[in-house]
Amino acid sequence: MKTAERLLGWIDARFPLTTVWREHLSEYYAPKNFNFWYYFGSLAMLVLVIQIVTGIFLTMNYKPDARFAFASVEYIMRDVDYGWLIRYMHSTGASMFFVVVYLHMMRGLLYGSYQKPRELIWILGMAIYLCLMAEAFFGYLLPWGQMSYWGAQVIVSLIDAISPPVALWVRGDYVIADATLNRFFAFHVIALPLVLALLVFLHIVALHQVGSNNPDGIEIKEKKDPQTGIPLDGIPFHPYYTVKDIMGVVGFLIVYFGIIFFSPEMGGYFLEENNFIPADPLKTPPHIAPVWYFTPFYAILRAIPQKQVGVIAMGVAVVIFFLLPWLDRGIVKSIRYRGTLYKTALGLFVAAFLVLGYMGTQDPNLWYVNPISRVCAVVYFGFFILMPLYSRLDKTKPVPERVTG
Amino acid sequence: MMTSDSWKNSARRWVGSLLLALVLPAALANPEAVRLDRAPIDPSDMASLQRGAQHFMNYCLTCHSAQFARFDLLQRLGLTEGQVKKNLILTDAKIADYMTVALKPKDAKNWFGVPPPDLSVEARVRGANWLYTYLRSFYRDEHRDSGWNNLVFRGVAMPNVLWELQGEQVLQPAEGAKPGELHGGKLVLAKPGKLAPKEYDQFVADLVNYMVFMAEPARQTRFHIGYGVMIFLAIAFVITRALKKEYWKDVH
Repeated sequence: MKTAERLLGWIDARFPLTTVWREHLSEYYAPKNFNFWYYFGSLAMLVLVIQIVTGIFLTMNYKPDARFAFASVEYIMRDVDYGWLIRYMHSTGASMFFVVVYLHMMRGLLYGSYQKPRELIWILGMAIYLCLMAEAFFGYLLPWGQMSYWGAQVIVSLIDAISPPVALWVRGDYVIADATLNRFFAFHVIALPLVLALLVFLHIVALHQVGSNNPDGIEIKEKKDPQTGIPLDGIPFHPYYTVKDIMGVVGFLIVYFGIIFFSPEMGGYFLEENNFIPADPLKTPPHIAPVWYFTPFYAILRAIPQKQVGVIAMGVAVVIFFLLPWLDRGIVKSIRYRGTLYKTALGLFVAAFLVLGYMGTQDPNLWYVNPISRVCAVVYFGFFILMPLYSRLDKTKPVPERVTG
Repeated sequence: MMTSDSWKNSARRWVGSLLLALVLPAALANPEAVRLDRAPIDPSDMASLQRGAQHFMNYCLTCHSAQFARFDLLQRLGLTEGQVKKNLILTDAKIADYMTVALKPKDAKNWFGVPPPDLSVEARVRGANWLYTYLRSFYRDEHRDSGWNNLVFRGVAMPNVLWELQGEQVLQPAEGAKPGELHGGKLVLAKPGKLAPKEYDQFVADLVNYMVFMAEPARQTRFHIGYGVMIFLAIAFVITRALKKEYWKDVH
């Protein structure tokens, strides 16, 4: 015991170990009323770690070469010990990353977590989301299947619609080719993971500066114990939320490994059937659809007949989230105390997002796909554009002094 | 500029689309698509898998490669190295070699119009039911160069290589169908083959069973490990939940 204390003292004299532990864990006070929605932040970090670790092992056997890429993935699936498990953990992890991030963002919308004073947390979070989209896009080319190839071809052609020289620069060739695969590999395994890790660090630093929001949208720091200076509704993150999050992790792993072991393709949503055909630049598949997490934006793109306008609309659909802290003029944070207007708007928005996601997976030649997508796109943008109006006009309920459990 | 009438029309169309979204699943069914038969396969039936492997080596691996799979894969079907070498490797390939074919892609292109696709992961592309139905849906068609056509894959380049076993089917058009209309047509066995229809179905089922195995050799392992992992996680969940409750007792 003595030795351990002396060692800790030695470290603390040289590195703020105990201080960091206290500030961010044992004496970081989080609201005591977190609910189900508050698991997804820590789960997103868990998935990030899983993706990095499985990614490292995949890289040991994957070959970023147009001639060998597809075969090397099959090699991993067949000849590498537990290669299939590592690969499924990575492919399922990619989709689950978006599942937890979408739920994490939904939490922000429900409880107004982007509102003052948490605008920077939101912006950093959105930057993580953009980074994640790029990471997923670059990674999806690597198996070099038909959907990898033609999905990348479609996305880069969108850049082409805006600026052909930039598209050429991204591809490194006139079509998706070996040069593209090599640079996407570089982006996927080193550039974007570094940026992601940095942004996640900043996201948490910003969060711990202002403290967590909660389902009541009350600032717990405003009601402190006069003697100790500890928020009355706060509990130390460690051990309370560490044990709670461990339980959340196990719950998540049940779903995650359930998919990996029993349905790694998830009916074609996580691993598409066509991606088991090696990339063929001369054979365009009849129906090209991105992976499910991009389909809401893809549906918006397709719904607009003019391609350039479609590309811009798709871009705006993603970027507009950044403005949320300033579009929302509501005087309360949480959905619990908002009025009918905001509740309806959010409900419509979520429905539109889900329907767009479904439409984006469907063949655009089916007559109902584009009309429905158009209606949903109008609702989608309406949610943001009209927000300054309805959030101000909304009849809110009085917010309690203390959290309600 | 849109007139008010066209606005009304498009509004009507949109409302219609929204209503349709509610009954979408029914609207999605494509009437042109052939109904696939369910493949009666059992991935744990080693005898069926061994027969399927035999069929695959005899009938498929002559033109189609399975270049991502090695012959030693077959040892997982309860066969010894000697049995695989003696019965299943029909060329001078070694046991650790990939299942390639001598057929050159260029020749194949000349003969069939397209090179026969590699079959390593074909079962993951098409699915077992598709393969099972496809291999039983060839019929005689004098308009095709190969003399064969297929109900599941119209205008397929592949001839019915299993015709000696299956016999020859012809397409009987539906009653009152226009010439050339395939919808509702029925396949009839015009000339019996070496196998009775039931035997042929079993032959194809075994083959498909093997192709599903070859497409993902880890599949059965995945299930076995999966059950263990689920039980472990379920216990871990009970324990971590109890731990959480214990810690949170004093939070009010």
